[in-house]
Amino acid sequence: MIKARVTVTLKNGVLDPQGKAIEGALGSLGFDGVGQVRQGKVFDLELATADRVKAEADLKAMCDKLLANTVIENYTIALA
Amino acid sequence: MKSAVVQLPGLNRDRDMIAALTKISGQAPVTVWQTETELPDVDLIVIPGGFSYGDYLRCGAIAARMPVMQAIKAKAEAGVKVLGVCNGFQILLESGLLPGALMRNASLKFVCREVKLEVANAETDFTRAYEKGQIIRCPVAHHDGNYFADAETLAAIEGNGQVVFRYAQGTNPNGSINDIAGVMNARGNVLGLMPHPENLIEAAHGGSDGRGLFASVLDVIAA
Repeated sequence: MIKARVTVTLKNGVLDPQGKAIEGALGSLGFDGVGQVRQGKVFDLELATADRVKAEADLKAMCDKLLANTVIENYTIALA
Repeated sequence: MKSAVVQLPGLNRDRDMIAALTKISGQAPVTVWQTETELPDVDLIVIPGGFSYGDYLRCGAIAARMPVMQAIKAKAEAGVKVLGVCNGFQILLESGLLPGALMRNASLKFVCREVKLEVANAETDFTRAYEKGQIIRCPVAHHDGNYFADAETLAAIEGNGQVVFRYAQGTNPNGSINDIAGVMNARGNVLGLMPHPENLIEAAHGGSDGRGLFASVLDVIAA
């Protein structure tokens, strides 16, 4: 079995209203000097294979087909 | 006019849409469940609003991968008219039938109220009953209606007249780029919009400004 982590983030230039709100909340908690905050999603997956090449290819397809909306989001894949 | 209304778990505006289509076309639409792979022979397919799959992952993301969407894509390619309202619009975007994406409202708040819409293109099969620049009333109810497209896509849809509805000046409820409220595909047979025209079709609703959208399609079908 291979464990993998997929991280999905908004592309540069895409407005992130939630990130902005979090940025404001951190400021109001007294955390000075916090620059831009961008929020995203993390997916931890378990794949029933030992083939790392196949796992990576499958994860890429999963990201393109469902986990990320590539109109607005980028993704990175990390195998454990 | 023969129409179909798609049903998915979590959609809740299907009954409103069925009522509007029945009242305006005089014919009740057939309902199509998400697992269907063949669609009946209809003139118009409607994906109504709601919260399909609880808006999990992204609004419309999971619904867009259901079997019925492959059948809808095939129908759209064959020229059948497809309309998506609210969550239906989100589903059409997620399925790639329309360009762009919808983000969380800039205010981060769920917005449920009436807005004014400008008919940006009155030469479509969905808007011919209106006039270009006409301002109509329409209710909105959504949390993720903030339309976004990259600069290249935006230039293309603006240039092709694919922006069909805009929030009239000063009424943009969600931060949508260029005040975009509804867009269609390049061919002009698939339209998606955030506002709910089906909820303003008769005196009991307090107005009938939304009726023109359905009347336009009816008119095209009858021609």
